[in-house]
Amino acid sequence: MLAFIVQRLLQAIVVMFVVALISFSLFRYVGDPVNNMLGQDSSTEQRELLRERLGLNDPVPVQFFHYVGNALQGDFGLSYRMGKPVDELIAKRLPATIELVAVSAVLALLFGVPMGVYTGLNRNSWLSRSLLTVSLVGISLPTFVIGILMILVFGVWLGWLPTFGRGGVVDLGVWQTSLLTLQGWSHILMPAITLALFQLTLIMRLVRAEMLEVLRTDYIKFARARGLRNQAINYGHALKNTLVPVITIMGLQIGSLLAFSIITETVFAWPGMGLLFLQGIQFVDIPVMSSYLVLMALFFVIINLTVDLLYYAVDPRLRSQHVGGAAH
Amino acid sequence: MAVQVHPNEIVPSFGRRVVDSVHRFFDGDVFHSFRSSPVAMIAFAVTMLLFFLAAFAPWIAPHNTDDVSTLNLMNARLPPFGVTDDFGTEGVADFLLGTDDQGRDILSAIMFGLLVSLEVGFASVILAAVVGTVLGLISGYVGGKLDSVIMRIADVQLTFPAILIALLIDGIVAGLLPRALHEELKIYVLVLAIAASQWVNFARTVRGSTLVEKGKEYVQAAKVIGVHPALIMIRHVLPNVTGPVLVIGTLSLALAVLTEATLSFLGVGLPVTRPSLGTLIRIGQQYIFSGEWWMTIYPSLALVILVLAVNLLGDWLRDALNPKLR
Repeated sequence: MLAFIVQRLLQAIVVMFVVALISFSLFRYVGDPVNNMLGQDSSTEQRELLRERLGLNDPVPVQFFHYVGNALQGDFGLSYRMGKPVDELIAKRLPATIELVAVSAVLALLFGVPMGVYTGLNRNSWLSRSLLTVSLVGISLPTFVIGILMILVFGVWLGWLPTFGRGGVVDLGVWQTSLLTLQGWSHILMPAITLALFQLTLIMRLVRAEMLEVLRTDYIKFARARGLRNQAINYGHALKNTLVPVITIMGLQIGSLLAFSIITETVFAWPGMGLLFLQGIQFVDIPVMSSYLVLMALFFVIINLTVDLLYYAVDPRLRSQHVGGAAH
Repeated sequence: MAVQVHPNEIVPSFGRRVVDSVHRFFDGDVFHSFRSSPVAMIAFAVTMLLFFLAAFAPWIAPHNTDDVSTLNLMNARLPPFGVTDDFGTEGVADFLLGTDDQGRDILSAIMFGLLVSLEVGFASVILAAVVGTVLGLISGYVGGKLDSVIMRIADVQLTFPAILIALLIDGIVAGLLPRALHEELKIYVLVLAIAASQWVNFARTVRGSTLVEKGKEYVQAAKVIGVHPALIMIRHVLPNVTGPVLVIGTLSLALAVLTEATLSFLGVGLPVTRPSLGTLIRIGQQYIFSGEWWMTIYPSLALVILVLAVNLLGDWLRDALNPKLR
């Protein structure tokens, strides 16, 4: 168990190191940081001063060392475009994105798993068939088209829901939340559903496929032969065994929720990190880009690590294998 | 009755071989499965129709939207034919699906946009397929250190969503190149960015199939008689892994078109001078608040129909090439 955790941790550290290296070379070699910060018409002394202050005259490995040291303390330098520290900008935007992603993930699980179980257990009912057909269309609908359609129908034609921004936020000190007011919920509803829809269909199809697979196995037949109640078989045995792949996929999908939040945030003008990153790309604001990259990598590494460990906790077969392996 | 065999027929000519393989195709299982699947036939017909509309857009589109001089601002924001918008303007037959803010005919813009989307889609899938297949073949056939290096890179990349990688590559190139040059090279950057986010699927699939083929007798036999490894890979292994590559390629085309549309929608894709479907949707998006839905909805519809048809075709192909499901 310990060896497994240590191995995974080492892998995570290697990934983070590589990402840090990429992000450092972005900062150091894409465009000239001094030009970007001072503009074209600055004096040579000013440039030299800034070079010295940024440590650009040091040997490159030393610079990298400084970069990592600063990044560990959350210091990613100043945004070229806005002249503010990047970590401040991100800290202000982070809650909006996290809340959006969290609400979407909960929505996707809350509806996806029961729908998957239902379609798996009742393969031939008309409801299952129509759910499957609709989900096929759902997978082919790009996120931004879903968002635009929702704005058109619920925002413009029906006028039920607001179409942009977070609405009033409640300030909890370090965290500004929109989940404590009814108005905030009315703002988050459409972006969250837009973001969740693809994941929902994915989870539904996955749970269905896994249920069908598990229901064919011998231990389910045996459980039926023992005369267990259907409910106990379906939920106690079958559903439990489908959860392993669902956890993995869901974990990985949180990563893609984070990435796709860039699109949703653009459609709904949601003031989150994705929008910040997109503006960073459009204006070649390297510090914003590189810090977003590091942050995303960190999220993904943590998610993958958690998924691996959860896997381990959920599936006893994996544990016994490793214990057996260690005993030899 | 004895059949006369002409000496030349023992080693059939190239033309003969092509004719034979065409016959084999129409007699074969894949074609049979196609004929018995209405979904596949409809998807194929729709895909071909869209390809046709795109390829011949310059000749059959009612207006040439690529030529800015033909645009007339007097025709801007007209609703579709038979529709009256909130301001009381009626659509005209000349602009069947209405016009956008520049007076561009939406129907023609969609046809030209389809062409751009498909160009980028095909180019990036072909690039990704070539790179992915070569790396997958090498990885699977040679194995060892090279294999683990390639596959580790693939693993790490797979954890990052395609759209994020494409965005990042676009941003990096924008930083490296001067602005004017960047605008000019945009389409290549886009192809590169999408291909870079897709090669992994090809590489992993080809590697898997190569590992299976590698253990088979015909490869062993070729090895024993001393055929060069590169030749074994190209002449013997490659033809036997084309099935999966074709399936991944079809599904990747749908994904590439989607990714291009998304990037263009986000404003980091193609410039407005040659709008793709994604650009059209982005232009139209700001007008839905004034109820002028046609500028967004029709290009979106074209995009969704294209992606759905290609996806269905890919799904069918996967099942048809999988002997287990027959």
